[in-house]
Amino acid sequence: MAGSAERREPPRRAAAPAPRRGSLSDGRWRPLEVAFWAGTLAAYFAFPAWHVLGSQILITGLFAVSLDIVLGYAGIVSLGHAAFFGVGAYVAGLLAANGWHEPLSALGAAALAAAVAGYLASFLVVRGTDLTRLTVTLGIGLMLWEAANRASSITGGVDGLSGVTLAPILGRWTFDLRGDVAYAYALVVVFAVFTGVRRIVSSPFGRSLVGIRESSTRMAAIGAPVERRLRAAFTLGAAIAGIAGALIAQTTQFVGIDALSFERSAEVLVMLVLGGAGRLYGGLVGALVFMVAQNGLAGIDPVYWQFWLGCLLVVVVLFFREGILGGAANLAARARGRRR
Amino acid sequence: MHGDFIGVVFDGIAFGSLLFVIAVGLSVTLGLMNFVNLAHGSFAMLGGYVCVVLMSALRVPFLLTLPAAFVAAAAAGLVLERTLYRRLYHASPLDQVLFSIGVVFISIAGATYVFGSSQQPVRLPGYLQGQVRVAGHDFGVYRIFLVAVVALLTIALEYVIRRTRFGSLLRASVDHATAAAGLGIDVGRVFALAFALGSGLAGLGGGLAIDVLGLDPTFPLKYMVDFLLVVAVGGAGSVRGPLIAALILGVFDVAGKYYVPELGGFAVYALMIAMLLRFPLGLHGRLG
Amino acid sequence: MSAVLRTAGLSKRWGAFYANRDVSVAFEQGARHALIGPNGAGKTTFIDLLTGTVAPSAGRVYLDGDDITTLAPHRRVKRGIARTFQASTLFPSLTVLESVMLAVCEREGRGGAGWRALASETAASSEALAILDALHLGAESDSTTRTLAYGKQRLLEIALALATRPRMLLLDEPAAGIPAKESVEVLGAIARLPREVTVVFIEHDMDLVFRFAERITVLVAGSVLAEGAPDEIAADPRVREVYLGEIPQGEAPLA
Ligand SMILES: Nc1ncnc2c1ncn2[C@@H]1O[C@H](COP(=O)(O)OP(=O)(O)OP(=O)(O)O)[C@@H](O)[C@H]1O
Ligand SMILES: [Mg+2]
Repeated sequence: MAGSAERREPPRRAAAPAPRRGSLSDGRWRPLEVAFWAGTLAAYFAFPAWHVLGSQILITGLFAVSLDIVLGYAGIVSLGHAAFFGVGAYVAGLLAANGWHEPLSALGAAALAAAVAGYLASFLVVRGTDLTRLTVTLGIGLMLWEAANRASSITGGVDGLSGVTLAPILGRWTFDLRGDVAYAYALVVVFAVFTGVRRIVSSPFGRSLVGIRESSTRMAAIGAPVERRLRAAFTLGAAIAGIAGALIAQTTQFVGIDALSFERSAEVLVMLVLGGAGRLYGGLVGALVFMVAQNGLAGIDPVYWQFWLGCLLVVVVLFFREGILGGAANLAARARGRRR
Repeated sequence: MHGDFIGVVFDGIAFGSLLFVIAVGLSVTLGLMNFVNLAHGSFAMLGGYVCVVLMSALRVPFLLTLPAAFVAAAAAGLVLERTLYRRLYHASPLDQVLFSIGVVFISIAGATYVFGSSQQPVRLPGYLQGQVRVAGHDFGVYRIFLVAVVALLTIALEYVIRRTRFGSLLRASVDHATAAAGLGIDVGRVFALAFALGSGLAGLGGGLAIDVLGLDPTFPLKYMVDFLLVVAVGGAGSVRGPLIAALILGVFDVAGKYYVPELGGFAVYALMIAMLLRFPLGLHGRLG
Repeated sequence: MSAVLRTAGLSKRWGAFYANRDVSVAFEQGARHALIGPNGAGKTTFIDLLTGTVAPSAGRVYLDGDDITTLAPHRRVKRGIARTFQASTLFPSLTVLESVMLAVCEREGRGGAGWRALASETAASSEALAILDALHLGAESDSTTRTLAYGKQRLLEIALALATRPRMLLLDEPAAGIPAKESVEVLGAIARLPREVTVVFIEHDMDLVFRFAERITVLVAGSVLAEGAPDEIAADPRVREVYLGEIPQGEAPLA
């Protein structure tokens, strides 16, 4: 029909489309990506003493990726994303503490529970202004924390949930104290989920989320059901946060109530922004940098940690807006410009 | 007070009044500058600590520490607005949120470093302690004092906004920031003064709140959601909206905790979320 | 009556101010219908009401005789109403091709598909490229939208609307910001769309209006002042009064 608008000029470039389309992300793994994942694999052998920390970095990275879907792609600012992390952690932990020791099915159950929680919450979240979204997500997080605190006979309250015992994965690999199995398990699950996320963000659905973030008015004007899309994104983000929570519960065999805390919601926000929101690898890189730094400063008083975290936030916002990956991309672009 | 309904409602009103004094500045910042300042509670905390220090170290009478709390918080607000906040007026809500969470963390760490993490004790002067019996009901003297102070403040605030030159500038800037700038109004100055006023009120509220809400370094975080709720439900940029919202929140919170302690804070949050869904832009749209 | 889209007593109030007051207009099937009026007359508001971007204070909107007053904006798109925005409303970080492909995918009901890459939607991409070529945007298909020159952004607005395959195309000042020669070309292309497509366009340039419109509605202060064929409008003394002094001598065929 648009073709009928122009009779003058037959498209002159029969050969052009193929190279042109190459610039859309077509799902092929780029060398840097391969290097990144090869690095996570190599780390297993290179740092055998650090498997526990390594698994936590991977898991927290996945948690940050889940927030990236909600915030970086769909543009929903959430102050309570830990709610879904916590739901996943408690579901996996409670199953294991109450006789269901098989880890993979518990992982699925945790994802499902977090997805349901996210879906219900999404109705409150996607409408309304940023202020409403902030308030509601913060409120949901606090309410869940309070619920876990009150139900201490089930959850262990502030003492945390212990007695989480797991059967060997697939009947073969038993979780060990050095974290060897934990690291491998976390790596496999995180990589698998990440691969899915990677597909989703370059799909029409994923691109439409970017469209909604940049102009929901225009997105509606090309016929997209904006609220439904946002609800789907929020649910997906919640489900993946739930998987991350379940992984933490399973690999540490413990669930602390801080899994639901505001601090955790804030920290994951910091990691994501530090790494670069809306950039797929931003969450993973942010978690890596953040947790290595945190671990390096492990000896210090938590009060100072909070102080430095606050300073980091202020500085990132004022001077370092696009995160590590954004800054790196800018540098790379500049270097390319210079070479020309 | 065994199920003393009147007494419970009155306590709720006192609690709501406090929330209002602290949160009204946030409403103005949000309506006027579109700034989501999650660190608003930090100014309240500052006011609280000013009161405590003046009373315990310098033996200043409680009532005199309150103006000092206002001044200190307003000054801090003014300085931060001029140096940092103003640079983020046009930033995305995410940036504002991250920045102000950063300020919250820094203030918590700072307060812990200076004052330790414990609750600060406050000794109210004798004439503000105890109960009075009116028409068969017991009322805490301090609650009566609180409600009276807030009533006076609200009237003063309404006067400032409706009758003074600053008020009309403020209203004009809230309605049409660009138009106001076009008319030669120094919007930057209006913003700075409004920010300072809001912070000062928060500081005053923080001083008044020590006996009711307690004071420890986690204060800005602990009540963040209440302040946000008051503004979101009331309507950003409004004064009356947050007043109504704060009173509703206060009464239902106190009554909920008194009559159905198992539910605790849940009932009031559920109510507030229901109101948010019913009035997505708040009870009151604009400054009024 | 062969009106595709019609309004009955449509009003929009902001506070005490009427941006639209009691507007009843019918757009005939296949029309090339211009909406003119001074700045602030309420033309954009009227389009916003037709597309559901803004909810009316009173009145109804009918599409093919069905009341669509409360229909959500995206559902109206599904029923064939597309629009462009006066102030470019685009996706700054997406490429030109991606943006148009999104619109094609939404139309095909594949906008929520989450597993295959957008890039592998080959049918959508060749259709999008054809639309872009028709609007001389083919060479920019890989550019990021935010890097586009203003005039090209205006064209992308139109491309997005066309990609929904509208029956009812509402254009809010499509030619503003495009060089004069190109704007004739663009409006010409739109006017030559098949007659299944009804076109309504807001335009300030009277040359363009009288060149392409077959019917004209004049809005003033939120209300319809006059409506008719171009020569009737040109001859209407009330319209001349509104426009006298507004348009420099010689620029408008009215003068
Ligand atoms: N959200 C709003 N709140 C208050 N007034 C508004 C709003 N949107 C538009 N208006 C007012 O409604 C009137 C009509 O605006 P509209 O944009 O529809 O005019 P227009 O005919 O498209 O003008 P132009 O030719 O300049 O594009 C204007 O006076 C405008 O200031
Ligand atoms: Mg207009």
